[in-house]
Amino acid sequence: MRLLRPHPAPPPAANPGDTLAEAQDLHVHLGPRPVLHGVSVPVRAGEVLALVGPNGAGKSTLLSALAADLPAAEGVVRIHGRPATDWSAGELALRRAVLPQSATLSFPFPVEDVVRMGRAPHASSPAEDDLAVAEAMAATEVTDFAVRPFSALSGGERARVALARVLAQRAPLLLLDEPTAALDLRHQELVLRLCRERARAGDAVVVVLHDLGLAAAYAHRVAILRAGRVAADGPPAEVFTERLLSEVYDQPVEVLPHPRTGDLLVAPRRNLLTFL
Amino acid sequence: MTVLEQPAPEATSDATPPSRRRPTTSRLLTTGLAVALLVLVPVAAGIGAYPVPVGDVLASIQHRLGLGGTELDRVAESVLWNVRFPRIVLALLIGASLGCAGALMQGVFGNPLAEPGVIGVSSGAAVGAVGAIALGVNFLGTWTVSVFAFVSGLATVLLVYAMSRSGGRTEVVTLILTGIAVNAFCGAVIGLFLFFADTAAIQQITFWQLGSLSQATWPKVLAVLPCAALGLAVAPLYARRLDLLALGERPARHLGVDVERLRIVLVLVIALLTAAAVSVSGIISFVGLVVPHLLRMAAGPGHRFLVPASALLGALVLLAADLASRTIAAPAELPLGVLTALLGSPFFFWLLRRTRRRQGGWA
Repeated sequence: MRLLRPHPAPPPAANPGDTLAEAQDLHVHLGPRPVLHGVSVPVRAGEVLALVGPNGAGKSTLLSALAADLPAAEGVVRIHGRPATDWSAGELALRRAVLPQSATLSFPFPVEDVVRMGRAPHASSPAEDDLAVAEAMAATEVTDFAVRPFSALSGGERARVALARVLAQRAPLLLLDEPTAALDLRHQELVLRLCRERARAGDAVVVVLHDLGLAAAYAHRVAILRAGRVAADGPPAEVFTERLLSEVYDQPVEVLPHPRTGDLLVAPRRNLLTFL
Repeated sequence: MTVLEQPAPEATSDATPPSRRRPTTSRLLTTGLAVALLVLVPVAAGIGAYPVPVGDVLASIQHRLGLGGTELDRVAESVLWNVRFPRIVLALLIGASLGCAGALMQGVFGNPLAEPGVIGVSSGAAVGAVGAIALGVNFLGTWTVSVFAFVSGLATVLLVYAMSRSGGRTEVVTLILTGIAVNAFCGAVIGLFLFFADTAAIQQITFWQLGSLSQATWPKVLAVLPCAALGLAVAPLYARRLDLLALGERPARHLGVDVERLRIVLVLVIALLTAAAVSVSGIISFVGLVVPHLLRMAAGPGHRFLVPASALLGALVLLAADLASRTIAAPAELPLGVLTALLGSPFFFWLLRRTRRRQGGWA
């Protein structure tokens, strides 16, 4: 990994509350089709921000724009205070890590090598790299298949390996596109706990989620997207209201406190009696 | 390589770095290849219509390098240094170029079936070479054919790349079909050149097309050397980035790779290497396909090993193939391209079947 020259320096540690990325009046087009119409979202250090909304609302597009993958048609994306387009690929790689929606690999690299790819942006010593890789693999519970080829893993295992690679990159801004989609119950919880841990350690975490219950339980802030605009942005307890969610998803939704803990529970309102 | 290996010996959950064992396999293999080359070169130099004992070959090499040794009689010296060594060096250069180009191409396309011959880049380079021979162009001296082959080869790589990619990935079917189309078109253009060429040029082209090293001379070696040396020197610098490219274009960019630049440089390198090989020896297919595959199966897909080792094994394979082509039917010579295609095509069949089985169909 020493061949990736020139090696930019990693950014200084962020203070809690610093804005590590932000979209300001962002318009993005995919081909001729406008997908985002004036989205403004700040992403702060020490915070887990969940992006939720129905299919096609622009969640993944917003995440890609924050990752500096997509150009802004209007407005601006800033990463660590500078317009995203001003950074080189190498500088960006030290500032943000991205988990794509589906993990693919053209050649059957062993799992450990895949995770180690996350160290590519760093000019760190092999010992440091080993430590980061081992920690990331332990955190995502993939250490047991370190030597298996990636192609021989199940969908959920691949997703965790991809996440381990992203964690090994140790960037202060984490952008995760549906990290829980392929995972079982236990690993869904594990992944979101990891997000909270990273936030507590001072990183900013943006995560696209479909499970509103998970978002309510783990996110500090939720941005609800609807048709390319932000319908609401705030703590889950404030923005997850039955009226708003039912309207955004075009599906009756119930929001109720957990009978024991009082935490927020979100469930679609089902009336199975009508089918009898 | 879907064989499930044994799980790691009870990895503990605290952060101990897992053991790394791949590098030893690859180091052993690289050393083995280098040793095999060092053995095969004097052996190949000794075998032929005028046999020279291996000891004499070594003595003559030593003598020429000014490290002692003895000069042989005039005939032996001439056979070695005017006939056999240019041929051996040419075989090594071309083999290394083809093996390396195959490994790079598979990496850039992210597709294990990519190979200069299969996807039509070799025939694209051949169009330039045949054109130069048929039209009697030689304003660049001995480099004319190489330069023409490079330009048309480059145009073909770019065309194939643009045609067979959609949405940031290359599907096997699209790639192979593009190759068929490109091969057909290039075949037609070559036919057209043959139609307009005079008898002497036709003979030269026909012989060249079969892929042979029998016309090897030092000037030919010099004609190939710049392309091959430049390509082989640059290729390993991009190995690490090729590894990252296996994740896909966007993830590679997220890890700091300037994907656009990487692609342009590597396409140039591939065109250089293919042109080097094609311009002297016609289309020698399947070396670039088989060689990286065997190495990947033996020591994993890491490009830091794969790219240089493919050059080594390619050189070894082509030297052995050339030795076989001139000894099997001696005193006649089998065309080298025919031999590699005979051995390589069954491998390609097997690879196609395996890839198909693994992804459960093409559609």
